Parts: sequence; structure tokens; C-alpha cells
Amino acid sequence: MSRSVHVAAVRFGLGLRLGEAPPDDALGWLESQLGPEAPLPPGHSAAEGLRARSEDLAERERNAGDLEGQGRVVPLVRAETLAWARRRLTAEQPFRERLVDFWMNHFTASRRAGLVNPVIGGFEREAIRPHVTGRFADMLVAVVRHPAMLLYLDNAGSVGPGSPFGLRSGRGLNENLAREVLELHSLSPAGGYTQGDVQELARILTGWSVALRAEPFGFQFRPQTHEPGSKQLLGQEFGPGEAGGEAALRFLGTHPATFRHLAFRLVRHFVADAPPPEAVRAVGASLRDTGGDLGAAARVLIRLPQAWEPPLGKFRAPMDYVLAACRALGLPPERAEAVLNGLGALGQPLWNAPQPNGWADTAAEWAAPEALMRRLDWAFTLAGRFGRLDPREVAEAALGPLARAETVTAASRAGSVRDAITLVFGSPEFMHR
Amino acid sequence: MSLHPKGPHATRRGLLLGLAASLALGRTRVAFAQLPGERRLVVVILRGALDGLHAVQPYGDPALAGLRAPLVLPEPGQEPGPEGALLDLGGFFGLHPALPALHAMYAANEALVLHAVAGPYRSRSHFEAQDLLEGGATERLTSGWLNRALAAVPNPAQARAGLAIGTGVPLLLRGATPIGAYAPPGLERPAADLIYRIAELQAADPLLGPVLAEGMRARGFVAQTIGAPSPQDRDRNAFPRLAAAAARLLAAADGPRVAAMELGGWDTHAGQRNRILPLLRALDDGLAALRDGLGAHWARTAVLVVTEFGRTARVNGNLGTDHGTGGLAFLLGGGVAGGRVVADWPGLTEGQLHEGRDLAPTLDLRRVAKGLMRDHLRLPEPAVALAFPGSAEAPALPGLLRG
Repeated sequence: MSRSVHVAAVRFGLGLRLGEAPPDDALGWLESQLGPEAPLPPGHSAAEGLRARSEDLAERERNAGDLEGQGRVVPLVRAETLAWARRRLTAEQPFRERLVDFWMNHFTASRRAGLVNPVIGGFEREAIRPHVTGRFADMLVAVVRHPAMLLYLDNAGSVGPGSPFGLRSGRGLNENLAREVLELHSLSPAGGYTQGDVQELARILTGWSVALRAEPFGFQFRPQTHEPGSKQLLGQEFGPGEAGGEAALRFLGTHPATFRHLAFRLVRHFVADAPPPEAVRAVGASLRDTGGDLGAAARVLIRLPQAWEPPLGKFRAPMDYVLAACRALGLPPERAEAVLNGLGALGQPLWNAPQPNGWADTAAEWAAPEALMRRLDWAFTLAGRFGRLDPREVAEAALGPLARAETVTAASRAGSVRDAITLVFGSPEFMHR
Repeated sequence: MSLHPKGPHATRRGLLLGLAASLALGRTRVAFAQLPGERRLVVVILRGALDGLHAVQPYGDPALAGLRAPLVLPEPGQEPGPEGALLDLGGFFGLHPALPALHAMYAANEALVLHAVAGPYRSRSHFEAQDLLEGGATERLTSGWLNRALAAVPNPAQARAGLAIGTGVPLLLRGATPIGAYAPPGLERPAADLIYRIAELQAADPLLGPVLAEGMRARGFVAQTIGAPSPQDRDRNAFPRLAAAAARLLAAADGPRVAAMELGGWDTHAGQRNRILPLLRALDDGLAALRDGLGAHWARTAVLVVTEFGRTARVNGNLGTDHGTGGLAFLLGGGVAGGRVVADWPGLTEGQLHEGRDLAPTLDLRRVAKGLMRDHLRLPEPAVALAFPGSAEAPALPGLLRG
């Protein structure tokens, strides 16, 4: 097996599954995953999630705060997280799944805000997944319109001070979403926006809200809270109304500073903690030349020489680590729970980032002393359930030609299957991708 | 197959009714002892191959010191070394001083040492040998002998008769008979020895090497040196805790009757004298926890401790030992005819060693297990044969139990 195929599987994929025949041609395999959109996986829409939440609330109101059993939202979220794990255990387009997870993290909507829970699965399917090989501006608009983001970053309750409701109630702007759109989602501070721009974007986005307890159980533009008049963002004028917001987001989503920022983040995630400038320039140029075509950017990304040599340049975050280990063990999808437990045990619970800037993407944040020890504990615990496997086959799926001789020797000398698997998963090469 | 003769009273209920009758007749002790469903069996697998010549040293064999002087401990009553002196087992064998609870059981005639034992296989591969040890045949099977034996053990009312203790179910307990599983919540921690081996792999990594070293330091590992004992003795605690949990579950009236657990890390290729210490202590603490936790049930319990093979009779170039053949087993319990070392001692001279390197096996481990099936669990002959297919040349060993 060629080495590049294995590099592709760990760097751009989720690692090989036990016994999985690696693709013949690394680049062709990755390219094929960027082709026409696979059908969306099934799941609960954000509207169904909000309806479930509304029904839970109504039941509580009827029963003095009590809910029979778990109610509706808890099992719905459970089903979504399990479905996420099952898809990644069995993914036929693991590179596409990696892109989905990358953009989910770029546009973090965290379940730490309880309101996000019922809509987080819908967020992935409705706002992120359809656009991972499409236009970034389309994704940005879909994200900012989505209940998950509007609720997570408080825009749903933002009120234009000059709007009819604002004048009546005295309520005002909430800048949270506008600031994060500029700082995290699009321009980044390098884009040179000001506090005035934050406030202007917040005004532009007033009225972008969510119908939480009534139809349509989703995005709703509310003229009553929308700040009237035109606004100035980065020297550009945007008219009032919902259309003004979409225009502003498309402006931000195709801004050269946004493309530079996205290129930096893509290369940092897929190639190196300190992204090589020429690699960032290449991806940035692709985004600029194509008007933000994320599929084209991904094609440039996989052709970066720095993405292949040297291999194993990125420390695996817990999500990468857990998925690669579970796939190398051939964990059956009906045991996907183990993936979710692993993410929790290693400090990266699914869709639960502590802050809007998402989970860190560098070794400095993850390669901590006790974190490494817990990784070994987790690997050892998991390996204990797979005592029937041939550790050589696990090592083949996990590392293939990337295994160092020392690791192979140590695993072959281990006193038990469990120890052998733990050594493979504890090796420095498996900790990297 | 049925354990009981066919007839209207061959059901478990019938047996319980029979017990009640016995109680009324004032023959409780006998009645309990004869009720198959009241006996307990625990099998402990020591993965990685315990060095039997280290744990139970044949100090009376004149060839011992010449083979492995660095591993030989002071004889009973001599000036103790750093670990102490051997605990005497009757004038020829001495028990490692890190096994005091086991020695106390031996003194109370509740522990039997079986030396120069081996399965029928001659594999020096851990994985293959463990599979054969647990499968109970000379070829690899997909079920374990204890699982097949369980098919003939009556189920207590509320639980499975068999229970796997710890993460995962060993092959020993896998098979057609449903079994239960118990694992403590949270993550288990690898033995210190495994952490040291991973640290060796990580040492080459400029990023992770120092980070892991710091993580180990914070958990109380003194130095990244193979053979250095883990100061917090985590290993020592994990296994006894599991054993205590196993005892609690086995002692319950409606709990399991048969349990399997394992303790890994015995693959002492280097620095054996230090590396084996925390393992022996953990084993000893665990066996004591089983005895203490089973309370009155200890009288009806047998604990069989086995490992996949022995280790080389000669010490190797790293003060360790390599994969060998003849090994060691322990059998303990309130009903065990203990206080003896069962060994047809083959001797340790060049010509007596198996292939010139290993302790020669003189007792088939299947004979011990079959003896327990027959005389402890009171399984009928066909059930024992099902557990150990093709083992006619290894008949059940008599006399393992008292009375």
C-alpha cells in the first residue's frame, strides 16, 4: 500500500476502518468526495426540534413544571448525536464529513446554550452540510439565518432601538452575533473593522429572529424589531429590511479579508499548526478567484505539497483521535455510544465547545499532560472490549505504513491483545494525523 | 444436556424444595455443600505470562541459582533482601514475599500451588496461548471452556450464572451461554508497566515526549525507567477493588456463581525483580479481597489463578525472562485441599529443561480445571467433556477439594 493513501486517510479522512481496503489513488479518492452532494442524511429538522421543545414546555406548564419521562427534546438530541457518531464510523465520504465538522466548528453553536440543543442536528444538515463544497457566502447566510446561531449568539432578542418595538419598549441592540460574524466567521480582526461596524451589522441584523413557540418554528424576520433606515458597514451602504441583512452577509462572505482568514483556518486545520504562508496564499487565491467556492478551495488544499510531506504534522484533537481509534477497531455503528463517551472523556464533547470560537485547532491546546494520560486510560479501557481482535490488523488499519518499527515491535511483544492495541493507540504516530 | 435426572423434581425449584427439606432435617452444611447452585468459582487470568519460577521458587533445586541468580530471593529464614525472604511452602518451594495473604491461606490449608503446569499447547505467542488457555482445546475455538461449562450450572433467580468482571468479556466466558458483565464506571488505567512502554515510544516525539513525562510525573511516576515501581501503586488498587466488587456480587443470594477476571502486565522481559512486585502485591490483595468479601461463602468457593505459559528458566540479558512453557497455577478457597504444592517436579538441569530452556510441564492444566468442574461445580461427565473437547488424555485431577 502506498504511503500517500494512508496519509490521505488520516489527514483528510477519519482513519481507515478495520479491514478496510485503502483506496488505490489518494488524490482521486479525495477528489471523488468533493463531487456532487450526497443526499442529506435523515434527521430532525430544526423546526421539528423547536416544535418538540415547545411541546415539552407546554407539558411543563400544564403539570406544574414536570415532564413525563425525558420529554421530547432529550431523546431527539440523543438520536442526533448518535446518528453523527454512526455516520462517522461508517462514512463512505470521510473527507466530506471532516469538512462538515470543520465548518461546524468554524460556525460554533454550542449545546452549552440549552436552546441550541433541539436545533443542533438541523443546523448541521440545513446550514452547514449543503454548502461544504459550495459557496462560502451561501453558508454564511444559511448559518446566520439558522435558529441555532440566532439563539446561540442572542440575535433572536436583538431589537433596533428605532424600531416600532424598540421605541415602545426601550429595548435595544444585542451585538453578540454581529461581533462574532465579523471576528470569527468572516473578516477576522485582520480585516480592520471597527466597533462602529459591529454596531452597524447588529442594526442590519435586527429583526432576524426565531419563532420559538409557533409556526414556522424557525427563522422569522420581524419588521417590528428591525431598525429602520440604511446602515454603513465598512464604508458600504446597506438598505433596510431582511434583504439588507442578506446583502451585508454576502458582502462579508466574499470579502478578501474573509478569504484570507478562511484559508488560514483551513490550512491550520488540515496541514499544520503554523500554516506555511505559501499554502495559505494558494488556498486564499483559490477562494478569491472563484468567489468563495469551498469545493475549489478543498481541491487546492489536497494538492498542497505541504499536506503530504512531512506526514503526521498535526496532533489529533480528541474527536480525531476517538474516531480513528474506534474505526481502527471496527466498532460497529450500533455501539456508536462509545464514540460519544470517548469525546466526553477526553474533553471534547460533541457540539459543546465552551465558547463561540469553537474547539482549539492546535497541539498547544490539546497536548496537555493529564490529557495525554487520560487518552491512554481511554484507549486502554476501549481496547479491553476488543480482546478478540488481531492487533496486527488493528495496527494495519490505524497506521499502515506510517507505523514506526519501534511501535510494531512493542505491540508484537505486548503481553495481551489489549496491551498491544493500547500501545498502537498510545504511539506518537497514532496521536498525529 | 441436563444436570439432573429427568423427572418431575428435576427443576431448579425442585432442588430448592429439597434444600428446604434438608434444612429442616438439620443437615444444613452438607445440604449447602452438595447443592450445585451454591458453589462459587472464580477464575483469574494473569495475562502476559507470570514467571512461575519467580513467584514460587524451588529453592531446594540445586540448579536454580545457576540459571537465574539475579532473580533468586533469600531462602526462608535467611537474611531478607529488599523484598524480604521467601515464605516457605514445605521445604523445597518458597513463595514470593509479596504474596503474604496467599501464604496465610496456604498455612490454613486453603491454598494449593500447582507447579510445572501447562496447557496442552506449546505456543510461545501470548495471543495464541491465551486463546488456547481460555478456549480449552488444542485448536482455537470461538467460545471459552467456562462458558460451555456454565451451560450445566443452574441459573440463580435474578442473575446470570456467569459474570465477567472488568472491561470486556474474556474468551473464557464467551459463547452460547448468556453471561453478565460488571465493570466499574469511568476509565480504567493501564498498568504502570504499559505506561512506561508507551513512554518509551513517545520519548522520540519532541512534542509529546516531554508532555507525557509531565503527565506521568503528576500521577506520581518517579522516572521513565522500566522497572521503576509506580509510587502510587495504582495497579495495586485497581485489581483488589475489582476483586472486592466481584466478591460482593458473588456473595449475593441471587448473584452469579461463576466469575472471571484478569490482571495483565506479567510480561517481564526486563527488570523483572522490580516489575513483578506491584503485580504480585495486586494479586495478593485481590485474592485477600475475594476471601474477605465472600465471607461465609468462602467455604464454598474455589479460585483458580492461571496464566498462558511460564517463562524461560534462565534469566535473560536484561534481568528479565522470555516466553517459556511450564508455569504455575494457584487454587484457593475454603473447600480446597490446600497447604500443598502439587508438582511432579521435572528438575532444572540442562537435560531436564524443555527444549533446554523452559521448565518442563508435567501437569496438564486442563486436568485441574476438569477436576474443579467435576468435584467443585459437580458437573456431570458429559458437561465436563463439552467444556474440554478432545481432552480424554487429560482426565480430571482428583483430590483438589476436601471432603
